[in-house]
Order: sequence, then C-alpha cells, then structure tokens
Amino acid sequence: MATYKDGDRVRVAVTHPPGHRRVPTYIRGKTGEIERYCGAFPNPEELAYGFDGHPDRPLYRVRFMQKDIWSDYDGPEGDTLDLEIQEHWLSPA
Amino acid sequence: MADDRETTDPKEMYHPHVHEEGKLLNWSDDSEHDQNDTGHYELMAEALRELLIEKGVVTADEIRANLEFMDSRGVHLGARVVAKAWADPEYKKRLMADGTKAVGELDIPMGDVELVVVENTDDVHNIIVCTLCSCYPRTILGLPPDWYKSRSYRSRVVNEPRAVLREFGTEIAEHVAVRVHDSNADMRYLVLPARPDGTDRWSEERLAELVTRDCLVGVSTAKSPAG
Repeated sequence: MATYKDGDRVRVAVTHPPGHRRVPTYIRGKTGEIERYCGAFPNPEELAYGFDGHPDRPLYRVRFMQKDIWSDYDGPEGDTLDLEIQEHWLSPA
Repeated sequence: MADDRETTDPKEMYHPHVHEEGKLLNWSDDSEHDQNDTGHYELMAEALRELLIEKGVVTADEIRANLEFMDSRGVHLGARVVAKAWADPEYKKRLMADGTKAVGELDIPMGDVELVVVENTDDVHNIIVCTLCSCYPRTILGLPPDWYKSRSYRSRVVNEPRAVLREFGTEIAEHVAVRVHDSNADMRYLVLPARPDGTDRWSEERLAELVTRDCLVGVSTAKSPAG
C-alpha cells in the first residue's frame, strides 16, 4: 500500500549510508512532487548483497524542477528531472 | 608512411620499422603487427565466463543464446512500437497506460523491468539517461551506444541537458520544457517522439522509417518526410 499520492510534495533524505544505494547524491535533500506510483519491487539495496530483497519496497517517480536541484541551472524555469525513489527515502515536504 | 628513399616496393615503403635480418616475412602474415593487448576487464570477464561454465552455473549454449537474443534487438523494434502508436490512437493509449503490456502485444519482452513511455509534445521534450550505470531498454533497442554509457553524458545531461542536446544537433525552444528521466531503478524509458508533419495516412512501415535510435533516447527528434 503506497503512502504517497500523485502530486504530493516529498523531500529526499540526506543520508549517506554505505552499501548499494540507487539514490544519486545530486538528488539527496531535494524536494519534488510524486509523478506516479511505480509499484513495489525487491529492494536493490539488499539484492546487491545476496539477500532476496523482500519485503518489496514501494517505488515512486518523483519530479523535480531543475532550478530546485542545481543552484547554477542555466535553462528555462519549466525544465524538470524525473527519477525513481523508494518510499523509505522520502518524507512529506 | 613512405620514406624518402625512391622505391616502389611496398615492403620498403610501408614498413618504417626494421625486421629481423634474414627473416623472411610473408606479406600476408600480419602476426608481427598484431596488437592485441587484452584489457584487465576483458580478461576478468573472460575468466568469469569460463568459470561459470566450468562450474555448471550456465552453459556455453545459454550464453550463446543470450547473445543471439541481444543481437536480434535494435532500433527496428522501437520503430515498430512508435509507428504503431502514431498510426493507431487506441494502441497509443495502451502504450502510455502500460508500456510493458503494450510492447508485449508485439512480442517484445521486458524481463524483470517495466517500460514507461514518455511522450514528446508541443510543450515537453523528453531525454533519457542512467546516471548510476547504463540502464537502457535493452530488450527493445539492444545495447546502448558508447556515448550513452560515458561519464560525460551521464553527468552532464542531468545538469545541462540543453547544452548536451545542442551538441547532438538538437535545439529545443525555450517555451518547451526539457524533461530528463534518470532511469535509476526498475523502470526503463522509451521516448515517443512527436509525429512529423506531412505523414497523414502513411502506413506503419513508412512511419517506422522516420524513427531513429537517437530520437527514442531523446537526443534528437524523428526524421521529417523532407529528409
């Protein structure tokens, strides 16, 4: 059961745990909006070390305004970036 | 290159280095000129492959079959999907709602990943990257090009997509939003390019010819009928 709905504002955690993480550093701490719920998938953070990745973790596509990611973004205000973030990396913004 | 001595003997002209005195070198024997310095990663991959076969984890035929499958993928499959979406509005709806299921109708498997199709419109231009590695819709398009896997593309397109697009010869107007998709998890992306003008009532086969690999990744747009 997904916690977030389309359009919810969410913030990506600022944390740098060791191990295999699929959250790029450039997006940690940034705030965006849920674009869609993608479904639940085995956790790659566990799969990478030979575990079965269960329980499956909810995954969302989150949309960010480029100007909210990069302080030096040199492009129009409407430019965006979408990427997939697991629920446990998100908190309500 | 040819040296200064007047000669028309190819062996003299094109062999600036000296061969062992008295050694007869067959002109067609290139073995002395072989430079086959196998890199570290190539050696490790080869060793791993041999070990996996030796230990019965995979068979040589399974590997061969997998290579055969990857060789059968390519832009032609992506072009089929796009052409069908352009020609058939109902298919396009299904494609946008559930990409995996829709390409499955054309016998294109997605394996363990899900396909999301992102549509270029008058207001949005989409471009795909995997900053973490090189995730790419391989079961549709085959192997990604070297530039897609380069650190340069992966690091720059998220931060300066318009500059990167320009380097590919693609200029996106200011009022059109550039939307970067970083496929960092379980989704794989295919861009549905805008249908070019002047293609009304074209057959799917003809439409498919306008679709290039680069427009499916988003670094360019589909070809126009004019050329």
